[in-house]
Amino acid sequence: MEKKKRSFSALICVAVLLLFVVFLENLSAIFPQVPQVFMPTSPLFTVLKKAAVYSLVAVSMNLLNGFTGLFSLGQAGFMLLGAYTYAILTVPTAMKDQVYYLFEGCAFDFSLVDMFGGIFGSEGAGGAFSMVLGCLVALILAGAVAGFFAYLIGIPVLRLKSDYLAIATLGFAEILRAIFQWQKLGKITNGANMIKGFPTFSSFNITNSSGVEVLRLSTFVPFLISSICITVIVLLINSSYGRAFKSIRDDEVAAEAMGVSLFKHKMLSFVISSFFAGVGGALFAMYVANAQAKAFTSVMTYEILLIVVIGGIGSVSGSVLATFLYVACSEWWLRFLDSEQYIGSFKVPLLRNGFRMVVFSVVIMIIVLFFSQGIMGNHEINLGALIDKITRRSKRSERKQ
Amino acid sequence: MSDQVLKIDDLKVSYGGIEAVRGISFDVKAGEIVTLIGANGAGKSSILRTISGLVKPAGGSVFLEGEDITGKDSTFIVSKGLMMVPEGRKIFPNLTVLENLKIGAYLRNDDISKDLERVYGYFPRLRERSWQEGGTLSGGEQQMLAVGRALMGRPKLLMMDEPSLGLAPIVVQGIFEIIRQINSAGTTVLLIEQNANMALHVANRAYVIENGKISMEGTGKELLEDEKVKAAYLGTVSHKE
Repeated sequence: MEKKKRSFSALICVAVLLLFVVFLENLSAIFPQVPQVFMPTSPLFTVLKKAAVYSLVAVSMNLLNGFTGLFSLGQAGFMLLGAYTYAILTVPTAMKDQVYYLFEGCAFDFSLVDMFGGIFGSEGAGGAFSMVLGCLVALILAGAVAGFFAYLIGIPVLRLKSDYLAIATLGFAEILRAIFQWQKLGKITNGANMIKGFPTFSSFNITNSSGVEVLRLSTFVPFLISSICITVIVLLINSSYGRAFKSIRDDEVAAEAMGVSLFKHKMLSFVISSFFAGVGGALFAMYVANAQAKAFTSVMTYEILLIVVIGGIGSVSGSVLATFLYVACSEWWLRFLDSEQYIGSFKVPLLRNGFRMVVFSVVIMIIVLFFSQGIMGNHEINLGALIDKITRRSKRSERKQ
Repeated sequence: MSDQVLKIDDLKVSYGGIEAVRGISFDVKAGEIVTLIGANGAGKSSILRTISGLVKPAGGSVFLEGEDITGKDSTFIVSKGLMMVPEGRKIFPNLTVLENLKIGAYLRNDDISKDLERVYGYFPRLRERSWQEGGTLSGGEQQMLAVGRALMGRPKLLMMDEPSLGLAPIVVQGIFEIIRQINSAGTTVLLIEQNANMALHVANRAYVIENGKISMEGTGKELLEDEKVKAAYLGTVSHKE
């Protein structure tokens, strides 16, 4: 009963957060005089979008590394699969020749958005609906393709342990990247060039007939998708499957002795993690408005690994929190270090292009050295319990009065 | 015979060519406590690990209630009602006590609340600590948890690998008392011990393992009196309680 109440209030918290994001996004439309920060072009929204995308990938990586104890570094590879699947499936047929001009058109003359457009109409509300539906199906397929490849690669690779697994998955991701850049596959992947023209986050902004934005939803959409996916992961972790994952992490031999099938559960965790990494990759493609293999390097995996470590291995809320801090620092708060700054007429020394990364690295080293457990360790912020506490306290103070 | 819970026939186990178990046969009848005693490296643990499916045998066969389970994987064997308390306890340190117990019942789909009550009945300490992480328990409590976890699978045969390892004598006595209780409640027990004195006192029957072979067998009492056993495993002066 208590548990149910808590998950219900946690759900409400998420809903409130989502509404707040919509409100924040449209603040400038309601009050044109708001500070620069709340304008649609502000870095605030870039950070929010990117962090929403990254938090999903970070949580999916945490499911594997933190909850199942499988040290895998293939996340960028699965994101790449997701990004390309999404992009190829949603580029409108009319755009294909333009996008694939180097290869004289795409071998894959099909677009989910157009297909649904054919059913529900491509203008007005029908068009919007078919766009949303097309994107949704493409996102799910993006996850499915990543999950399928995870299954295939998992058969040989999941028999490896710790570092060996990390090396194998890292290698897999690199091979994938090379294959997707292969000119001979240009008809499908557009070679080393980017695929663009597919629906992005800003396609979800609602405009009226004359093209003026009525309601901005471009930040809300990644938040919504990420929160749904993370909720699913959290539910999984709290289920009996999640318990089996954690038992494998804690002690493989004991888990096996209790009848937990190691291979089956490792595979399950690997496929589910990759599924959400694939969805995350598709979201990333939407965020940067293009899909290009070059973006999904091992550096990206390390970035996500870093977020997971900073947040706390084995903590979902830690991963989410760390993502927002990390992305905000790297994209926004530390940006000023990259350009020359003057205090009065005094020129601050050292500040120049690239200095941000120096400071950033030092900050990360400090975190890893002094907070080796990460921000949260393996604890969670329990939104439900938090609200419980607050409401109880306020009731108590009411009684006192 | 129908009351044979476990029957081992000429079991051989080898690790990379080295034979750890060299043709062992024994049986465990329903309602018994059977113990295997022997020195380090005699092959006791290898036998247990092979029965529970963690290690594949090099030869011989294992029957559980007449069904051949030789070389089957541990998931299948556990589902047939054979649970193990692994050597060195091996509880899950980052899971709570309750979660640890639930993992013990992982392969069961029916209601586990009765078994939970039963385990808490044996070990009231676990109920007090049910929200604590397994790793924060003391050694004795961890052993209780390991036994409780195995009981959650409602085993027909409970196998224990050195439950006295690294525990104070008083705690060991408590654990053996519980083993006796569990047995009298109807669970058959196969016990592996280095603490031959304790083991022989609770056991109905015992086998002495030396260099991967059975060198002696008899009832617990017989072996306690045996001069050779006394000299090798009990010390010349036997410690009577």
